[in-house]
Amino acid sequence: MAETETARDPNTLSEDVVIEINGMHKWYGEFHVLKDINLTVRRGERIVICGPSGSGKSTMIRCINRLEEHQRGQIIVDGTELTDDIKHIDQVRKEVGMVFQHFNLFPHLSVLENCCLAPIWVRKMPRREAEEVAMQYLEKVKIPEQAQKYPGQLSGGQQQRVAIARSLCMNPNIMLFDEPTSALDPEMIKEVLDTMVELAESGMTMLCVTHEMGFAKTVANRVIFMDGGEIIEENEPETFFNHPRHDRTKLFLSQILTH
Amino acid sequence: MKEHVPHPDLPPPISNVGVIGWLRSNLFSSWLNTGLTLLASYLIYLSVPPLIDWAFLRADWFGDSRDACNSGGACWVFVNVRFDQFMYGLYPAAGYWRINLAFGLLVLLAIPLFIERFNHKGLLAAAILFLYPVIAFQLFAGGSFGLEPVETTKWGGLTLTLILSGVGIVASLPIGIILALGRRSEMPIVKSVSVVFIEFWRGVPLITVLFMASVMLPLFLAEGSHFDKLLRAMIGIVLFQSAYMAEVVRGGLAAIPKGQYEAAEALGLNYWKSMGLIILPQALKLVIPGIVNTFIALFKDTTLVLIIGLFDLLGMVQTAITDSNWLGFSIEGYVFAALIFWIFCFSMSRYSQALERKLHTGHAR
Ligand SMILES: Nc1ncnc2c1ncn2[C@@H]1O[C@H](COP(=O)(O)OP(=O)(O)O)[C@@H](O)[C@H]1O
Ligand SMILES: [Mg+2]
Repeated sequence: MAETETARDPNTLSEDVVIEINGMHKWYGEFHVLKDINLTVRRGERIVICGPSGSGKSTMIRCINRLEEHQRGQIIVDGTELTDDIKHIDQVRKEVGMVFQHFNLFPHLSVLENCCLAPIWVRKMPRREAEEVAMQYLEKVKIPEQAQKYPGQLSGGQQQRVAIARSLCMNPNIMLFDEPTSALDPEMIKEVLDTMVELAESGMTMLCVTHEMGFAKTVANRVIFMDGGEIIEENEPETFFNHPRHDRTKLFLSQILTH
Repeated sequence: MKEHVPHPDLPPPISNVGVIGWLRSNLFSSWLNTGLTLLASYLIYLSVPPLIDWAFLRADWFGDSRDACNSGGACWVFVNVRFDQFMYGLYPAAGYWRINLAFGLLVLLAIPLFIERFNHKGLLAAAILFLYPVIAFQLFAGGSFGLEPVETTKWGGLTLTLILSGVGIVASLPIGIILALGRRSEMPIVKSVSVVFIEFWRGVPLITVLFMASVMLPLFLAEGSHFDKLLRAMIGIVLFQSAYMAEVVRGGLAAIPKGQYEAAEALGLNYWKSMGLIILPQALKLVIPGIVNTFIALFKDTTLVLIIGLFDLLGMVQTAITDSNWLGFSIEGYVFAALIFWIFCFSMSRYSQALERKLHTGHAR
């Protein structure tokens, strides 16, 4: 944990900004789902996003790799602004990995093939090399022995770890997590969180939507609270949990910490 | 503290296993079931023995005229004598070897596709799809390499059935896939063209399509221009069946969860790669039964070419039974045609089931 502590010291963080969101708005038809989002993420930062269901957390992080389109404002990822330009979108997606609540592994491909697919077809890596890289990451998430199995034969926790490995195989600079543990049985949550903690320790820039407050406390540099499509509060975990400023934050924290 | 001793595994009760157990639980489990079992046995008793008697025991097999058929059973002599025509239509007998060679070549080429360890399946499949038809056409039609030309109007019998359905199957699947993707496209033009195409061809009966292809199309074409009748029928069948195929494939596409598209996108795969590598393999696997169903329908629908003067297997049988030398043996002719059709359709059905099992990767949907 010593490493994490130093990395968490704001003074040691690099000044390098990897994600910049300026005055971003999004609508679903008439519904104003994201309102004036402003967020700056520096390289190596680990941000936890929480908030009640329907507050726009998923929508916000999905805008960062353009799974959703924003209508106003600016999103700049690693120097590339997200616009309609397909080249920009491809560029950003190469840099940004995403882990979903329901894993979204490809059920018709083996674990190894799941991991090799994008490196081979997007990064044009030779198959041999892609397989080596994949095995490396499968070892990192501690399931190299499952490489030849199909996702349907694995437990939820194992599937989510494969999903993390699959994203890492693309060698991303930024990882997005959308409630990675909320579809898991309680006994499997820890193995996935451990993997994420390890990833954090390796210096990855991470944005995690999660309600695992233990994870937020040990790993996050910043916790962001969203409600009604807005960022209500943003602080270091220490301050965020012990001295929340807004009533809505207090209410939310009391609800999730009591059960 | 008393230690827990695990309960030992016991064998199941006798009444649940063995022949008696099976009979009891499957055929005589209730009064209704018992009644149905008895009724079914009676119906089998009524129908099967006379059928066997007619088709095998009292049947006549060999000879060369109707005089050989005098025992009152089935007259397979008729099928025997006409067998070549049922298989090859009006193709000149001297050229039968060309047809045999073409189909033999196909079988030979296809065998490695079923060998697990054969590594160049993609290449071979491409050769079968693109190179083989050229070779087969040269063999069938002749006119080059010193082969006697044979007009397509002479092609017939089972050969014609297989050519029409083979072309139909091979062409309608990819066209159907493109149409299905088009129908789900977000581009309004692509989408409406696909919808109009699909709904048009689904809305007209195949018979009408064939009639239009053979009677009306020539009216629009310039005088003297030759547009092969068989080719016209083929195009009609392919377009018609692709529309059905498109709807089957669309069903599969709709069943793929949104998360699969999103995961593919998030990994940076573009539209065609995510369709080709992620979505279509899963969607097609889901609708194998529907696809094969369409193939089987297509196979049987090829018999409709009879009405535009092409003689497939059924057409040749129809012609044979009206031959004044063989009047009265229509049942044998139809039974034979039915048997051939059944063998092909049943094989397709079994193959699709085997394929489904093989492609199953342990995920429940
Ligand atoms: N595709 C969509 N179309 C319309 N409304 C949507 C869509 N996706 C999400 N929403 C709405 O947007 C709001 C925010 O959703 P989401 O970002 O998923 O919230 P969270 O992840 O915080 O639970 C919710 O009210 C949801 O109903
Ligand atoms: Mg969500």
